[in-house]
Amino acid sequence: MVWVNDIIQGLLIGGLYALFACGLSLMFGVMKVVNLAHGDLAVVAGYIAIGVIFVTHVPVLWSFVIVVPVMAALGYVLQRTLIQGALDRGVLTTLIVTFGLSTVIENGLLQFFSANTRGIGSGLGLVTDSFSLGSQIQIGYLPVIIFAVAVAVLLGLQYFLSSSKYGRLIRAVADDSEAAQLSGADYRHVFGIAAALAFGTVALGGLAYGLSDQFDPTAGTDTILLFAFAAVVIGGLGSLWGTLLGGVVLGVAQAVGYQFFTDEVTGGYLVFLAVLVLRPQGLTSRRART
Amino acid sequence: MSAASQPLNPPVRVSRSQRNAIWTGAGALIVVLVLAYLPYIVYSGTTGILVQGLIVLTLASMWNLLAGYAGLVSVGQQAFVGLGAYFVLILALHGIEPIVALPVAAIGSGVVALPLWWLVSRLRSGYFAIATWVLAATIMLVIEKFSSIGGGTGMPLPGFAGLAPTLLSAYTYWAALAVTVVSLGGIYLLLRSRLGLVLTAIRDDETAARSSGARVGLARLLVFVVAGAGCGAGGAVLAISQLQVQPSAVFSVQWTAEMAFAAIIGGLGTIEGPIIGTVLYMVLQQTLASYNAWYLIILGLVAIAVALFARRGIWGLVDDKLGIRLFPVGYYLWPPGENPRGLLGVRRPVRG
Repeated sequence: MVWVNDIIQGLLIGGLYALFACGLSLMFGVMKVVNLAHGDLAVVAGYIAIGVIFVTHVPVLWSFVIVVPVMAALGYVLQRTLIQGALDRGVLTTLIVTFGLSTVIENGLLQFFSANTRGIGSGLGLVTDSFSLGSQIQIGYLPVIIFAVAVAVLLGLQYFLSSSKYGRLIRAVADDSEAAQLSGADYRHVFGIAAALAFGTVALGGLAYGLSDQFDPTAGTDTILLFAFAAVVIGGLGSLWGTLLGGVVLGVAQAVGYQFFTDEVTGGYLVFLAVLVLRPQGLTSRRART
Repeated sequence: MSAASQPLNPPVRVSRSQRNAIWTGAGALIVVLVLAYLPYIVYSGTTGILVQGLIVLTLASMWNLLAGYAGLVSVGQQAFVGLGAYFVLILALHGIEPIVALPVAAIGSGVVALPLWWLVSRLRSGYFAIATWVLAATIMLVIEKFSSIGGGTGMPLPGFAGLAPTLLSAYTYWAALAVTVVSLGGIYLLLRSRLGLVLTAIRDDETAARSSGARVGLARLLVFVVAGAGCGAGGAVLAISQLQVQPSAVFSVQWTAEMAFAAIIGGLGTIEGPIIGTVLYMVLQQTLASYNAWYLIILGLVAIAVALFARRGIWGLVDDKLGIRLFPVGYYLWPPGENPRGLLGVRRPVRG
């Protein structure tokens, strides 16, 4: 019964990891940018939410309506300035700039908000309530909701990219930005829009994490970035459904691994390494490694 | 010799440097000798700060070799810092003196780099970067499982009992200096070798290097191993200077941030760059010591600005203006009739 419980809990937390991963996957898929500040930006979203709640006293969930657009706007601006500037100078510069950004954000948050852990939804019924399945399995409402949100976000992105007019534009720019530019699309603007989308999901990931766990400034890299990356690699680079599968596999591996290693991280990384060795293209990807 | 192979014009001359390099060699020797004599004339507090600087210089030089030459952005070099520290700790627990354990730790870290390369080389550029980070986190988690070497809290480094504190700090300083000199000397010789030519080619244009038949993969493997050994040596010095090995401290990503920023600000793709960058890093760190992490924030911002607006760093600016190379690793082509031993102000030769 312990195993069944572990697998169910791991599966549900996989939704959160997929939410972490989809922004990373989208930025790489469209701009070929690996954003090393990905996790720190998610943590920034958490701190913005705390600030918004503190100042305006809106109910916790209402703050999200403000935070997600703010982060999306930040994504557009960052993409048009810093990230595009780095992209024009090559992959190495993109990595250096986003790594610099990651360090600056993390240490900046440490300076201003200290290393104390914080949570967004402490005391919220939604966060603590659960229902039971049989006599031994307790399932929280929050993980179920986060999983549903993750699936909805992935479905929405999938639909948007494959069926909408703007999604087609994004795919065109992702395939060949210069050819798209020649056909009249301003690829920098399209990159900005894609970054705004990605940052919106980053914000959702950060907020979901803030609701379900306590976070501090180091959570951005130690947890969010590395878990997002592990989920992307396990699932297969550049596949949105692979991302969900990767998140779920990582979540289950962590939960089951807890029984062996007494911490919830080692098991997940060992599965990540096993996938890297046995199937470097990821579980879902049919193509050769990218 | 047939007449056909005789050049029609006087041959183009090739030299390693624009000016006579003996003076910089002599200068380097004097600097090292003066540095080696320091423990006799300054307080141990000063050598303690210098040890910190020498560790960062060693690490930054290794990161420069990775990112500046081989095009490998690793954000998981703290894995090797931690491994080096733990090799020293484990050997010291078995009764081997830490100073003796230091070279073993360096070699051990280099050996561990081989299987790690096999894992991370499956991914390219950005994903390679995060993969090294995940590896570092995994290695720390695995080490934390062994309570005999301190588990999650770490343990003090044995082996120095009965040694006078002044003597200990002098030994530590000499060990750090030796590691730095061997690292810089090793990188210098490496870059002057055949492999250095391949690395310089990768630095300038990877695709062109590949199509010219350069064995890019092999060169990268060797650089990863050398950088692993170098960062392991840095970690070993760290363990000796702190007399304490704590997993979250030695495996902190802050090490990679510091080495990367020092290398980037000083100038990637030159040996001199990390030296300048480390000096700047130490000045900032010492001035802002009472303001916690502010020095890292400022370093990060400067590194971003340098990456965007002065890609070859501070040394790149110096090189552009004056054409000085302290470590001649390239080649200069001299058109016939020009004097390779010219002074400042001669027409700039074609740089190779």
